[in-house]
Amino acid sequence: MIEDTIAAISTPIGEGGISIIRISGSDAIKIVSGIFKSKRNVDLRNVKSHTVHYGFIYDAENDEIYDEVLVNVMKSPHTYTKEDVVEINCHGGYIPSKRILELVLKNGARLAEPGEFTKRAFLNGRLDISQAEAVIDIITSKTDLSNKYALMQLNGSVKEKITKIKNDLVALIAHIFALMDFPEEDVELLNDGELIDGINNSIREIDEILKTSEKGRIVREGLNTAIIGKPNVGKSSLLNALLNENRAIVTDVPGTTRDIIEEHLSIKGIPINLIDTAGIRQTDEIVEKIGVERSREAIDKADLIIFVFDNSRPIEKDDYEILKLIENKKVLYILNKIDLPSAIDIDEVDKLSGGRYVRLSSVTKEGLETLENTVYNMVLSDGLSHDEFLLTNMRHKDALIKAKDSLMSCLNTIESGLTEDFVSIDLNSAIDHLGLITGETANEDLINEIFERFCVGK
Amino acid sequence: MIYNAGVYDVAVIGLGHAGCEAALATARLGLKTVAFAINLDSIALMPCNPAIGGPAKTNLVREIDALGGQMAINTDLTLIQERTLNTSKGPAVRALRAQSDKKRYQFNMKYTLEKQENLDIKQAEVVDIEVEDGQVKSVITKTGARYLCKSCIVTTGTYLRGRIIIGDVSYSGGPNGLFPANELSKCFERLNIRLMRFKTGTPARVDKKSINFDAMEIQPGDDKITPFSYMHDEINVEQIPCWLTYTNEKTHEVIMRNIDRSPLYSGEIKGVGPRYCPSIEDKVVKFPDKLRHQLFIEPEGRDTNEMYVQGMSSSMPEDVQIEFLRTIKGLENVKVMRPGYAIEYDCIDPTQLKQSLELKTISGLFFAGQVNGTSGYEEAAAQGLMAGINAAMKYYNREPFILDRSEAYIGVLIDDLVTKGTNEPYRMLTSRAEYRLILRQDNADFRLTEKGRQIGLVDDERYNRFLMKKAQYEKEMERLKNTMITPSHDVNEYLKSKGSSPIVTGITMYDLLKRPEIDYVSSKVIDSGRPDDIRDDVAFQIDINIKYEGYIKKQMEQVEKFKALENKKIPSWINYDDIKGISIEARQKLKSIMPTSVGQASRISGVSPADISVILIYLQSRR
Repeated sequence: MIEDTIAAISTPIGEGGISIIRISGSDAIKIVSGIFKSKRNVDLRNVKSHTVHYGFIYDAENDEIYDEVLVNVMKSPHTYTKEDVVEINCHGGYIPSKRILELVLKNGARLAEPGEFTKRAFLNGRLDISQAEAVIDIITSKTDLSNKYALMQLNGSVKEKITKIKNDLVALIAHIFALMDFPEEDVELLNDGELIDGINNSIREIDEILKTSEKGRIVREGLNTAIIGKPNVGKSSLLNALLNENRAIVTDVPGTTRDIIEEHLSIKGIPINLIDTAGIRQTDEIVEKIGVERSREAIDKADLIIFVFDNSRPIEKDDYEILKLIENKKVLYILNKIDLPSAIDIDEVDKLSGGRYVRLSSVTKEGLETLENTVYNMVLSDGLSHDEFLLTNMRHKDALIKAKDSLMSCLNTIESGLTEDFVSIDLNSAIDHLGLITGETANEDLINEIFERFCVGK
Repeated sequence: MIYNAGVYDVAVIGLGHAGCEAALATARLGLKTVAFAINLDSIALMPCNPAIGGPAKTNLVREIDALGGQMAINTDLTLIQERTLNTSKGPAVRALRAQSDKKRYQFNMKYTLEKQENLDIKQAEVVDIEVEDGQVKSVITKTGARYLCKSCIVTTGTYLRGRIIIGDVSYSGGPNGLFPANELSKCFERLNIRLMRFKTGTPARVDKKSINFDAMEIQPGDDKITPFSYMHDEINVEQIPCWLTYTNEKTHEVIMRNIDRSPLYSGEIKGVGPRYCPSIEDKVVKFPDKLRHQLFIEPEGRDTNEMYVQGMSSSMPEDVQIEFLRTIKGLENVKVMRPGYAIEYDCIDPTQLKQSLELKTISGLFFAGQVNGTSGYEEAAAQGLMAGINAAMKYYNREPFILDRSEAYIGVLIDDLVTKGTNEPYRMLTSRAEYRLILRQDNADFRLTEKGRQIGLVDDERYNRFLMKKAQYEKEMERLKNTMITPSHDVNEYLKSKGSSPIVTGITMYDLLKRPEIDYVSSKVIDSGRPDDIRDDVAFQIDINIKYEGYIKKQMEQVEKFKALENKKIPSWINYDDIKGISIEARQKLKSIMPTSVGQASRISGVSPADISVILIYLQSRR
């Protein structure tokens, strides 16, 4: 009774050793079978219900392996939603699960609404009537919440940009419709060149949003964070303390060569990439050798700098030199080794940090929680927030990608020499996808635009 | 004194384009029908331009035809010119436009009504509709006649409390010098029907003798006329040309100099006018950069010198109209026979109607046409036909006949009206139809003839014609799929002549026709087994359905998704006050519109996807 296939990460984001991506709907098995390479050459479309399969998730387009996974196949009707359900168990953590989810969406699933699995379970008769009211509450509250975050995120430039793209496309399609609906009036012609330019322009702008949207990147890739300080201030012990407290969610992808190694962890659900130069997890001895020059790279890449003062030693020339390097960065100051006798000029720390620094001991763990809260709050104040927010963000990304796809097929249609009525169909759906983000209905916009811009009608 | 004038199943009030279709439909479906016009000589009057069709409107006319309505047949029988529009813009928007002989159109339609069994037509103004226990009982005319009826179809067009405005002159009046209907509005107010006030207008009619056609560009009709009706194979009549000319800066100067005398800008006109039908003063004010506006001079018929000045609709004072017309090339000495005018009229808020066009609050009271806030002869006729069919369905205790947005432009039209309402006279536009690749004018018979047959309006002749066409189409498609074309000198020469690449292995004729540069008709030379008797319209279907297969499939998938929500019906007993968790705005809208399906509910502005989820769950839980 429900037609499309939905997908979502169904484990709490960034927490736990394993993440589950759940896909439900009539195409669930088909979609996953297209991105799953079984170790034993099993075709998921032919397996029995309620079986587990071992293999890899890969992107058939470029043959890239994403992760090593276990896949559970459960066929309708004995599933949670009473539909075909596939669950992909991948390595825990935000990044692999997010990438796999994106791959699933790219292959035809739709991102689930908040509470939608439960809703389907209910609609398909899985839950009993007494649970109806509760489900309604969940859906309304969750939707309200995500709407709130959607609006929150849509303040400012992203909304402006998307609205602009949408308006540009509405102007294009209005022109096409003015010509189609009023063929005998002297509406100026729209040549293929203008049309193609207009569409390409919008594609470029969508790409830009997809690419440069900083928030999007942080959500997608995590907050790049560098721990910086002169040798022997306790950077690595701080790092280890953070890693011990917060489960490391992924190690660096083997086989890729990078100078910088990242540690990925999650602080209160926010994905964090701790950047340091090579070998940070090796012995302290090597870590001590990391000098100012090699930190520069890490600093350039970082969204957030954690600068470490050493409570047990006076402030030195090295400290000032490094501070100079991070002048234009967002910095969180740490006064480390507070378990040791103080030899530092506290007034100077006050002055250098603007009075905002976290007192901490990597040994006793004192201050570690304050550090985590501070990171969390700094990110939040940036408009980057928790699960609901990430979800909405992803929905927008989903819509942008679909809009782009529609525009690409517009170009194909024009290229193959087809007429405007065909072009208008894909243009319409691109506008509809963007309308999902901006929340405006396209049709009335369009008709208004026709009559405002073109002098038509007898 | 009121006297009993007769007992009928249906009374139709008004015999414009909506009323004619409504009355014919009910009578043909066996209902004893009485139909009223204020003046019997105004039956099927075209008070504005003498033309039928155009983009989207052609689709409506052909849908009416496929269902067994009259407009297309009557157009074919009385047209004086026809042009095919949008040939280069694609099959989905291709359209026909016929210039009609206004008088012949009227008389031919009137005679069709007169000959119709079960149908009595009367010259009378209906002043009251009597309702008892929420059910229509009778209608009463100004002269005191009471006609008992089970259903009543209101098709009053622009007559309700009509007011004519020409510059600073205004008076109570109907279109084209006819009387208005002033009483019925009061009846509607008494029946608690919400009214709106709309406005429309028409240009001057000028004397052919006073026009210098040498200064204008001739606009002849097509060499070969394509009939509107699926019942006609060809039309051979002498065509009369139209003429093209333009306004100029002098025209605009006259208008701007007198703009303070325009009732549009003085506040004299309060009704809402249609944006797609702007008056010339509107165009000049809103598009000051446009140095000229194009005008078509269109003949109003074969036996008249009256010419319609398309593009010059105006409610400026008569003297100003004459002055600006005479600035136009070819019209320097023009004589105006009828001045242009604006007309304000009452219409109802169409969201008070069900999808069947029956009023939600009064059983048996149907509304169709311009009185529902639309504009255009074709839009009116489409609604008239549907109201007539549904009055009959009700009479026979059958399910209402509803077309959805994926089945017909008629469905889009009625769904828009009853779901979204309208705040200006509503005109059908291609852009309103989401599934326009499927709702083409060329396939209306494939979409709707079977439905018309089930209703009972498609007679044997029409049905057999359709079945034969369909059989020919299906057989030929099958043959094309099974016909192998093998590489040969002749085949590749043909392909070369079409700018197509040669073939090196065998390919089915079907696959070859997928190439954009290969068309069905010309490819006969390489397809030796092709029958000789393939109809033109079948050839057209074959080309479209093969070439655009991918696009049509894609759109069919969208339709399937659409249908899923459309098929989730909302029962009439639903009580929105009972449902926890829908927003206040949505609740109000839902209570007033009372959508019949979840799909319809989702199209109401102010109803969010979250509200829809809640309704789905509520419905499921009460199942």
